[in-house]
Amino acid sequence: MIDRIDLSSPVYKFSGNKYIFVPVLHAQSSLRCNHKIKKMKEFLLVFRADYKTMPNASPEEMQATTQRWMNWVAGIAAQEKLVDRGNRLVNSGKVLKSDGVISDGPYTEIKESILGYTLVKATSLDEATALAKGCPVLSIGGNVEIREINAL
Amino acid sequence: MQQNELIPHLFRTEYSKIVAVLYNSFKLKHLETAEDIASETFLKATEIWGIKGIPENPTAWLYTVAKNKVKDYFKHNAVLEKQIKEAIKSNDVEPEQGFEFSAQNIADSQLAMIFSVCNPNNSTEAQVCLSLQILCGFSVEEIANAFLTKPETIKKRLHRARTTLRDSNFKIKVLSEAQIKTRLDSVLKTLYLLFNEGYSSKTDNQFIRKDLCSEALRLTFILTENTLTNTPQANALLALMCYQSSRFDARTSDKGEVILFENQDRSLWDNELIEKGNHYLINAYKGNEVSKYHLEATIAYWHTTPTDNNKWQHILQLYNQLILIEYSPVTALNRTFAFARVYGNEKGIQEAEKLHMEEQPYYHSLLGYMYADINTDKAVCHYEKAVELSKSRVEKQILAKEIKRLSGKNAGSS
Repeated sequence: MIDRIDLSSPVYKFSGNKYIFVPVLHAQSSLRCNHKIKKMKEFLLVFRADYKTMPNASPEEMQATTQRWMNWVAGIAAQEKLVDRGNRLVNSGKVLKSDGVISDGPYTEIKESILGYTLVKATSLDEATALAKGCPVLSIGGNVEIREINAL
Repeated sequence: MQQNELIPHLFRTEYSKIVAVLYNSFKLKHLETAEDIASETFLKATEIWGIKGIPENPTAWLYTVAKNKVKDYFKHNAVLEKQIKEAIKSNDVEPEQGFEFSAQNIADSQLAMIFSVCNPNNSTEAQVCLSLQILCGFSVEEIANAFLTKPETIKKRLHRARTTLRDSNFKIKVLSEAQIKTRLDSVLKTLYLLFNEGYSSKTDNQFIRKDLCSEALRLTFILTENTLTNTPQANALLALMCYQSSRFDARTSDKGEVILFENQDRSLWDNELIEKGNHYLINAYKGNEVSKYHLEATIAYWHTTPTDNNKWQHILQLYNQLILIEYSPVTALNRTFAFARVYGNEKGIQEAEKLHMEEQPYYHSLLGYMYADINTDKAVCHYEKAVELSKSRVEKQILAKEIKRLSGKNAGSS
């Protein structure tokens, strides 16, 4: 039920045969959906890709990529399922092993390295996996690993 | 304005100023004393103006009467003090000092009052209620109407909030820079909600609504005039209010019907307010901060500017950022609409269906709209659901008309 009004949240609605912009209607929490009442679990989405196969992007392409990521992550937020948008990782790093040997970068031995992560909430692993669909990392041949958080 | 409109109008705009100045100037022990004096002033106005007619300068008349009432109060109090507790010197009795209802004193006193009302010990809801009452001269009934609650609930809420204020022994003049900083967030939020109440409140009374909006604007303006409170967020909020107010006259017809955005007569938009909005929006972006108010003001900016090719792309990105800052179902729906504007209705449908807001009429009317050219049956189905869920008679009519149009189209093609 909509019971409050918000200046900043215009709603787009009908007049005649046109869909138009109306600066009205702010919905209270009572409007929120039922699925949110169900118990939510948290999942970590880990994005991996092979840096070597990633093309050098022009500034325009980079902007378009940023926009795709924003659309994707905001799409999860719009479902009220985003816990933390997470971050990207710098592509160089070090690996410390049990024998004390330190090597450069994770990608000397593994083909794919972690690009970043996002934290989401869902009622099941399947639902969390559905959220990962459309993740821009998939379009550059990467993958998303979906893991439920086993809270300490 | 007729007298029956003038007094309520003055009450909404002047009552709070009188209370603020009295409270601030005389360090009255209780806020209630200042309020009593202000109320008596209006009572007198109602009596006298009814007989003698409205004075030439009603506001000045009110200020003079209020000043005289203060004199009486101190005289009366002094007598009481003398008679009853002769030995005890009361803090309440201040030697009468000069004070003026000057623009500056009103602004300072009201700024002080805003911060006093936004006491973190009170809930945000209580702060808004208190602001409506103390800063905007709203009656309990009007507040109840705005909150869709019973007057008794509001009364209780106000009572508790006032007790908190009294117990915290609030003294505005010693409010530190640090306190101002910590309270500024709730001050902005309160002013934002105040403006909302005016901009789209349930009441049909245009006077009340306009007064509320201009009061919220004025109070926010006071914030930007003081160096301590002139922050990017305050500027962004003010810009947002300016943009929204610029359409105030265009959004209702002479008969009081709502005129939707695309049908508004743009010559009725107030360019001066749009210019002001631009001015404060530029101020807001000095610095690196991007708050909810920045994003909402920028969206409002795009809606007041002549069409740009990438308008919807910009708006979508702003909604993306907004929903990451704060989830709200309306932001989610509006973001989806912008998404469909950029990527087309088919992708918009996919994006919308993920939201699962099956109980929401706007969810269904949005889907109905996007399905209209893709799948008429589905469009009709969603529209019917929207009609069923909608509480607004006008909206039901508009939706029913659209269903009829689509059904006709369907029958014609088969």
